Amino acid sequence: MIKTGDSSSRNTELDLSARIAGVTFKNPIVMASGTFGFGKEYAKFYDVNELGGISGKGLTLQPKAGNQGTRVYETASGMLNSVGLENPGVAAFLDKECAYWETLDTVRIVNLGGNTFEDYVAGAELIQKDADTRGRKAVDMIELNISCPNVKEGGIAFGIRTCDARELVRAVRQATSLPLSVKLSPNAEDIADMALMCQEEGADAVSLINTISGMKIDVRRRRSVFNNLYAGLSGPAIKPIALRMVHQVAQRVEIPVIGMGGISSATDIIEFIMAGAAVIQVGTYNFMNMRAGQDLLRDLRQFMLEENIASLDEIRGII
Amino acid sequence: MGTVISNERLADNVYHLRVSGDYGGEMGQFYMLRAWGAYPVLSRPLSIHQVEDNGIEFLYHVVGEGTELFAQLTPGDDINLEGPFGSGFPAVTGRVALVGGGIGIAPLLYCAREIPGCDVYLGFSREPFRTEEFRPYAAKLTVDVGGLILDNVDFAEYDHIFVCGPHPMLKAAQLKGIAAATSGSPVNVYLSLENRMACGIGACLVCSVSCKDGQRKACADGPVFLAEEVVFHD
Ligand SMILES: Cc1cc2nc3c(=O)[nH]c(=O)nc-3n(C[C@H](O)[C@H](O)[C@H](O)COP(=O)(O)OP(=O)(O)OC[C@H]3O[C@@H](n4cnc5c(N)ncnc54)[C@H](O)[C@@H]3O)c2cc1C
Ligand SMILES: Cc1cc2nc3c(=O)[nH]c(=O)nc-3n(C[C@H](O)[C@H](O)[C@H](O)COP(=O)(O)O)c2cc1C
Ligand code: FES
Repeated sequence: MIKTGDSSSRNTELDLSARIAGVTFKNPIVMASGTFGFGKEYAKFYDVNELGGISGKGLTLQPKAGNQGTRVYETASGMLNSVGLENPGVAAFLDKECAYWETLDTVRIVNLGGNTFEDYVAGAELIQKDADTRGRKAVDMIELNISCPNVKEGGIAFGIRTCDARELVRAVRQATSLPLSVKLSPNAEDIADMALMCQEEGADAVSLINTISGMKIDVRRRRSVFNNLYAGLSGPAIKPIALRMVHQVAQRVEIPVIGMGGISSATDIIEFIMAGAAVIQVGTYNFMNMRAGQDLLRDLRQFMLEENIASLDEIRGII
Repeated sequence: MGTVISNERLADNVYHLRVSGDYGGEMGQFYMLRAWGAYPVLSRPLSIHQVEDNGIEFLYHVVGEGTELFAQLTPGDDINLEGPFGSGFPAVTGRVALVGGGIGIAPLLYCAREIPGCDVYLGFSREPFRTEEFRPYAAKLTVDVGGLILDNVDFAEYDHIFVCGPHPMLKAAQLKGIAAATSGSPVNVYLSLENRMACGIGACLVCSVSCKDGQRKACADGPVFLAEEVVFHD
């Protein structure tokens, strides 16, 4: 799609980069937690080093089998998921997956979930200890997930009220010196208030939004499709809400905002950047297009050329 | 991107889709198909029915929005195919039976071609389809309409049985396999599972299958599993 000649030489001058707490993202396209594994699967389709970053599958201190029953249901322009944080646990991640992450030239973000306050803190300590003792560079940032709607205890319980989340963010901040972003829930009572609290407690960034709590009823069986009753809505359907929340939060905080929710085109990315996002994440769109990262990057460059945007800084937060 | 060669209606709501292009795959593997833009959001998994020199074939049942869109395809239309994905049926020797229920016969034609001398059992609740295509490859072909196809299969007669069909049939096949083994005729029963999928490649975990040794991914570790490994919850 990129034109040859004049425009391709200008192409190399485009500045798509962003920095968060000293970490440089080569472009704003980061793959969202839970939708991209640890990157290996999609690396068969394109070079994932082209990406700005990867947020890995959400981890908890102990391995988790996740939820039983139906885990996905398609909705109008979106999908509900009830994975329930199935994951191998922090220690297994550090032992097994991290070796692959060491080979990557993109920002690697550990998404950390938890059931209890103690689990979160111990998980963060383990990641910090691994970075300290092995001295290797495999994790560039921690994304603290206080917003998973699909686990019964923990998860979202911390993500609704600012006062419940404050101590957790404080404790995790103390447990690690790695750059820290806190992933916020759209189900929070006041998401801008929550973001401000994260800034006060020393978070380097906030990520938003996680999925929106939703529901689907099987009318013939007369029961919810999901064993957990509710599930998390993602995809294009949630984009207007996500964009509004990113804008609200960006207006209130100084720290960078990692914006996401329904992004499925280069112009969607531009909207989030204009609303104030430093970088963005792409989740559900990976399921619509297996080469999502590659295609979005190409189209984003094309858009910048067409609109004479040399650097994304020119348009960041202009709304 | 593939191009539709033909999309023929075989029976009530059952279609045979042929797509040209350089597409391969092994028996029991599947493709993620998409014949639309942004909506519906997810691509649809379909098993490989046959691989030909100049293309690939699928057999599908129209059950909802996505397969309805497939049914509208006409020759020359574009269709996006990603794959082949998953771990399919193993290449086995010995006494082999293929058992398909309804649209579950889709992946078995390829198996029949690859496993000479197998016995084929095809069950339908109503109008049968594509049964004659199996005849050249099958040592014995049994077609049943309106009954339970598994009732025709003596599990003790076989070393390997491949099963694809509706959920209750898979559970029943698992039980028959266990019963045969306990009465002294061990048999490897392989089930092709149909879990809902999103990524199709092992990255999102929405297709998780409970197995004796923990959670496995239907799209990457399966869709074919040894029956004795699967733990059915409903
Ligand atoms: C590995 C695998 C191989 C398959 N092979 C075949 C085949 O060869 N021929 C065939 O007719 N069908 C096959 N199926 C089932 C087929 O994928 C579904 O019938 C189809 O996705 C239904 O889509 P829809 O939009 O028409 O239905 P809708 O009900 O509108 O679909 C809504 C959502 O549910 C999912 N879904 C609905 N039913 C099923 C199902 N039975 N299995 C998995 N996902 C489902 C859809 O993919 C979609 O995401 C296979 C499924 C899997 C997992
Ligand atoms: C299948 C699936 C699994 C997810 N798992 C996680 C997770 O483990 N941790 C997390 O913080 N967010 C998780 N999310 C939320 C996404 O990272 C993202 O916040 C959300 O889907 C909105 O973006 P999207 O509309 O682009 O998908 C998951 C989303 C989906 C669809
Ligand atoms: S469909 Fe995503 S892991 Fe199987």
